[in-house]
Amino acid sequence: MILEIDNLVKHYGQVRAVDGLSLSIGQGEVLGLVGESGSGKSTVGKCVLRLTEPTSGGIRLDGRDITHLSRRAMRPLRRDVHMVFQDPYSSLNPRFTIEQIVGEPLLHHGIASRREAGGRVAAMLEQVGLRPEMRSRFPHELSGGQRQRVGLARALILEPKLVVADEPVSALDVSVQASVLNLITDLQREMGFSCLFITHDLSVVEFLADRVAVMYLGKIVESGPTAQIFAEPRHPYTQALLSAAPVADPVRQRERRRIVLGGDVPSPVDPPAGCRFHTRCPLAYDACRTSEPALTDPRTSGHPVACHLVTADHVPDAAVNR
Amino acid sequence: MSLLEITDLTVDFDTEDGLVQAVRGISLELGEGEILALCGESGCGKSVTAMSVPRLLPPDTTRLSGSVKLDGRELTTLPESRMRQIRGKDVSVVFQEPMTSLNPSFTVGYQITEVLRRHEGLSRRAARDRAVELLELVGIPLPARRIKEYPHQLSGGMRQRVMIAIAVACSPRVLIADEPTTALDVTIQAGVLDVFRDLRDRLGTAVILITHDLGVVADIADRAVVMYAGRAVEQAPVTELFARPRHPYTLGLMNALPSAAVNGRLAEIPGMVPSPLTDPDECAFQARCTRAQDDCRRKRPQLEPQQPDDHLAACFHPGGQS
Repeated sequence: MILEIDNLVKHYGQVRAVDGLSLSIGQGEVLGLVGESGSGKSTVGKCVLRLTEPTSGGIRLDGRDITHLSRRAMRPLRRDVHMVFQDPYSSLNPRFTIEQIVGEPLLHHGIASRREAGGRVAAMLEQVGLRPEMRSRFPHELSGGQRQRVGLARALILEPKLVVADEPVSALDVSVQASVLNLITDLQREMGFSCLFITHDLSVVEFLADRVAVMYLGKIVESGPTAQIFAEPRHPYTQALLSAAPVADPVRQRERRRIVLGGDVPSPVDPPAGCRFHTRCPLAYDACRTSEPALTDPRTSGHPVACHLVTADHVPDAAVNR
Repeated sequence: MSLLEITDLTVDFDTEDGLVQAVRGISLELGEGEILALCGESGCGKSVTAMSVPRLLPPDTTRLSGSVKLDGRELTTLPESRMRQIRGKDVSVVFQEPMTSLNPSFTVGYQITEVLRRHEGLSRRAARDRAVELLELVGIPLPARRIKEYPHQLSGGMRQRVMIAIAVACSPRVLIADEPTTALDVTIQAGVLDVFRDLRDRLGTAVILITHDLGVVADIADRAVVMYAGRAVEQAPVTELFARPRHPYTLGLMNALPSAAVNGRLAEIPGMVPSPLTDPDECAFQARCTRAQDDCRRKRPQLEPQQPDDHLAACFHPGGQS
């Protein structure tokens, strides 16, 4: 396993952003971590990169425990894990040229001299589809899509084992998004890195991920192979999420059964007792209010769900109110 | 006669770089109780077109020509004092970001009653009662309690509902919604779109919905206008548009969606949008278009009826089927 997260907890003061989450990503695997705002998905990414210190739990990167490593001890490991951010406008230093931005990790880790770096940068820029003359440009001279390509080039130049991508295409227009998604797919196949792809956009996950994990209020409620999750979502929340995302086909969209969730997402300061989703779940019954369902796998291996209603011979349907 | 008629509207902005031609001659009509989607990517002019109706463009730098008629009355030449009576009463606007459009230092109730007292001359008490009704109308639970709360005490979805409540307080004929659900989670988006549908059904409000999301268009719009580089390139009833997109740009947008992937690849639209500073006499899309021929480079195609004739497209070589 390239990444193993075991019972990760991250509390910011009173806010229980991540509250006991386990997942793993294999060699060359793309895991889509899906959730709505406040679900804690970005915090997971920050913990993996150790941009913030986990409260408890364990994170292993390529077999090595990095949960509480000091900044200094973490530094050499930063070759192996890199991040692509959502906003290509604020994540690139405006005073650096593209060549400096992309080449910086090489110099920082002492991997290449300034002269050698030039060649590697040129090769990397070509790989992400940027013309050589872009090297001397500054970020403000580039379009959003081009900037995101620079972000990818910077993240990949050290050939990391793991890339954490936090909403990397959410700020882009559809036509630009398509080319960046194609590029990520190509690069992933060519270079074979593993990827934690964090997003709220289900269609992007369906396109890109091998496996999907769905988060709600700091915990995973369901995970499994992408095709299985989309064909046969088992958790009422996953079912609601999938039913709420409109499809670009008016005939189909207007015939779809939608699951409308009541109320708001509860505060992560004081998450509900029992199942965290019970306050909005159309199927909740007594047990859901008092006992918290464990993430178990009662039906097939590799598709665990945290819901009292999922059993070996029953999958709930949130569209059918009881 | 349509409720709203925009004829040959052009909008230029004075900038340091020169005259930015944001809207380059657009004509459209909006019927009573109709939901019309204006769609396209960043910079296509969809928001500028819509904001020309309530005249919410910066007066010092905007050069506007053409005609905007509401119920047959010309709005572009109306004195500002008369326009102020129309804004918020006959035409109102819901913006994308509800947190920045609500005043943080006044209660929700105050912000709704302010509109009612100003435009409808209601007493304090009558305005309060009406505010409670309005919050109920947009699906806010416990409205009598909510009106005493401040914007920061509400979730994003609830704030957007408050914005809609303010916008429809005086039963406007035309409601302009600029990416009203873009900042919201999908499970919340579904509920907010239902509010627009419900307002149209119950009050007959006509809606101009500005969106980049074709899923939202498919879900809620009756008719859609696709814009590119300041012009309408295609316009049709929604089912017809999605079943038989004629303009290569519309088709490109639909095929670029992650859900439209073929064999693990997305169809890209190569190239970039043309500069907003120049407007050569050619099809603005020709440089990116796979169907472009010599005629596309010599002359600009006009928006013309196709089969059926309520389907318009500006293309010399329109596609026939999806």
